[in-house]
Formats: sequence, C-alpha cells, structure tokens
Amino acid sequence: MKVRIPSQLFSYTHGHSKIDGKGGTLAELLDFMDSAYPGVRFRIIDEQDRIRPHVRFFVNREMVRDLNHPIHAEDEVQIICAISGG
Amino acid sequence: MPGLSREASKRRGKSLRRPKARPRRTHERLLLLVATRKGGFIFHGDPVRKDWVIDGPHFLGHIINHIVLDPRDGRTMLMAAKTGHLGPTIFRSVDLGRTWQEATHPPAFAKAREGEPQRAVDYTFWLAPGHSNEPSAWYAGTSPRALFRSDDGGVSWYGIDGFNNHPMLPKWAPPEDQTPDGATLHSIVVDPRDPAHLYIGMSGGGVFESLDKGASWHPLNKGVEANFMPDPYPEYGQDPHCVRMHPMMPDRLYQQNHCGIYKLDRPSDKWDRIGRQMPKEIGDIGFPIVLHPRDPDTLWVIPMDGTTVWPRTSPDGKPAAYRTRDAGITWERQDRGLPKEQAWFTVKRQAFACDQYDPVGLYFGTTGGELWMSPNEGASWRHLAAHLPEILAVETATVIA
Repeated sequence: MKVRIPSQLFSYTHGHSKIDGKGGTLAELLDFMDSAYPGVRFRIIDEQDRIRPHVRFFVNREMVRDLNHPIHAEDEVQIICAISGG
Repeated sequence: MPGLSREASKRRGKSLRRPKARPRRTHERLLLLVATRKGGFIFHGDPVRKDWVIDGPHFLGHIINHIVLDPRDGRTMLMAAKTGHLGPTIFRSVDLGRTWQEATHPPAFAKAREGEPQRAVDYTFWLAPGHSNEPSAWYAGTSPRALFRSDDGGVSWYGIDGFNNHPMLPKWAPPEDQTPDGATLHSIVVDPRDPAHLYIGMSGGGVFESLDKGASWHPLNKGVEANFMPDPYPEYGQDPHCVRMHPMMPDRLYQQNHCGIYKLDRPSDKWDRIGRQMPKEIGDIGFPIVLHPRDPDTLWVIPMDGTTVWPRTSPDGKPAAYRTRDAGITWERQDRGLPKEQAWFTVKRQAFACDQYDPVGLYFGTTGGELWMSPNEGASWRHLAAHLPEILAVETATVIA
C-alpha cells in the first residue's frame, strides 16, 4: 500500500514522502515501518499504544483512530502531523 | 540514614580529596552544550576561553531540554529531544556531534495493565551520567515525573520501578498537579562515594533520597518551606528548582527552591535557608544554582522576581548573579558587564553552569536566547551570543582536541 509520510518523519524515511507499506491493520503497518525505519513508531505512537496528540492517520482520506483498523494493499494511508504549537 | 551499610556509612562521612584547578592545556578544548527550544548548539572554546566557534543548530526545530557529555569517557554525548508534534527521544553522539544515532529504546513507561494508569513520557528533561564505577550507566528524569536508567551508554532505557511504581508516588507527585510545561523530575545526583546513594528533585514534589540504587526512597525536605501549601512545612510537596551536591564534599547539598535558597549538611536531614541573608529587595527566588568546583562554601545563584504573579524575570529588569563565599552567610552582587536596566530575561534551572578552571568560568543562557560568560568567577560578564532560540540548558565539558 502507499503510505504518505509527513515532513516531520523524513529523517527516518531518508527524505521519502511516500513509502510502500505492508500489514493487515494500522498497527501491523506501524510495526512494518518501525522495522524498516527504526524508532519512527515511538515518535507517533506512545508506549500505551495511543496515537500521539498531534498526529492523525487517514485511510483513503477517512480519519482513523483505531490501530486495529483493517487496511488493504490497494489502500492509501496518510500520516499527518497536525499543525499546532508555535 | 536508615539501612546504610557500615562501609557505605564510612564512605559517606568522608570528603573527597580537593583537586587542583584544571590547568589549561593547549590540546584541551572547552565545550558549551547549549540546549534550546529550537535545537542544540555546541560552542567550541579555545584554551583561554576567549574565542568561541558555534556548531549548530543540531536537530533544528526540536525542543532540546538537555545535552550532556559523559565526563567518564569524554566522548559519549546524549541529547534529550522532542518536537511539538512528535514523541520524545534521546539522540546519542560519540564524535562530539558530528553524527548522531537515536536510542533504540528511549525512556518510556511499561505498558499499563488493566486498571493501571496509562502513563506516557512526554519528554525527557534531565540527563545525568552514573557513578564512575558504572561507566555505561546514565539516569534520566522525565515529565511526567519518573526516573529511568540506561546501562549501555544511553542506547536503551528502563524505568526505575522502585521510584516509578512507589506506592507513595501519586501522593508525592500528584499527576493532576502540573506546571504549564508539565512537572519534571530533575537534579539527579549520584554520590561519588557510593553508586547506590541517589538524590532526585521533583518540581511540586520535593527532594528524595535512595540508599539502595533506587529500590526505595524517602522524602528529604525538612526545613524547606512550601508557602503554597496549607502546611507550609510539609513532609513532601515542596518545589525544588535545582539541587546540587558539592563534588568534593558530597555531604554538602544546596538547592535553589521555589521558596528560597537552602543548604544541607548530611547526616542532618534539616535544610537551612541560607537565602534569608540575600538583600530583601532581591529576595532568594530563582531557578539555577552553581557550586564552585573546589570550594564547598562558594556558590552562585541568579535571582528572579518571585513576587505577586511570579514574573520570573530579573528583579526590576536588572540581572545579576549573587555569590556567597561563606556558604550563605553573606552574598555579593555580580553584575559588571550585564545590562543595567530593562533586561527582563529568565535563566532556567539547567541554564547556568561552570567550568573546572582557575579562575572558574561561569556560563548562563537566557530565555531571550543570549549566552553570557564570566571568565573570572562572576567578577565581570561578557556576551557570547545573542539571537539564539530560548535557552533551556547550558552544560560545560572538557575534551582533548
């Protein structure tokens, strides 16, 4: 599946704004990403498996809050770091 | 000190041999490790502390709360970082910041079990190298208030269960009591005579001591005022801003507290408010405190306005350091070279440091992004940099060039 990466995570994805992801759920996709780009998961998901406050996930442009949400190979997943703070 | 072994007790009763001032060697360099709200900076000084070269920003846009170089190996540098959007992490360098690697397991709580509070580290605030006999050990203090340790030079971290899961912690540090940026665990102090002997400070919690490497803890706040509490001298709940142990006389502790400046000579457990001797119009409120590396009676503070709504700025807009050379009996103002008026900055608890030379060099960073130094123990000050982001921490380190 296609995964769109926000600029805040480019240091992990070697500057790539799109990557090819794998997994049957959002949680599995995050595990895949963390094995490919070590450390990236903890920057966007806390140790209690909660999405961090300023991070949003969209699957086919629908916001998803549940990491167990099923995803499929043809889906597009977008990770957004919501603009906040100063 | 309950539970102290005879050997540890003997060790703790002693002062350590007073070192000579570090001679200036041409192959040595002094580094200033400047942590800011928008990245980290490393200032490389020459052997006479005159010319400085700025390296940075490292991790531009990251909130860097602390950068510390391990004095035990002179090469491992840790940086506590997060951004406004991303979670916290630790970056690690062994080549003085030329390259950085991220910790594989940054400080994080264990996954909560059913019914337990779901705690998550918001940011790492304080980094402290461990005892010299434990060359790869580090400690980290976080917000929310918790203590973590690494045994591999900062690569991976685990929680100190004796503290983080202490049954009294919800009372010592109520999770609902938060400062605007989150309450922190700071001032992690390791007794150079005994790696099992630790002190920590917690904003809105107090000072706590462990004699068994963090397995158990007790409050150490007798004599310290908490004028914002119903009982102004409670067992815990005080607000230490910065706690320091004298490196050559480890039974001597000082703290700059929300409610004054204090000294404690162990084995006594009662702090003495030495800030009462400060000029009344200045008061004894501030964030940082710095100890002379060789004279346990000499220390510096940078007072701030702690009146009315707590502006936390230089009193009357006139910044100064205050020095005592007799452990707080008398204080002298040191403001030569600093702005004479209309300077309303704050110096945060980690943003004031000294070097090991003779005379001692002092360095502080301001919330307005200015870096100041004194090459002569505060007798005069000069500007090293302006226009940096808000400075959160300043540390010194000596390295071989």
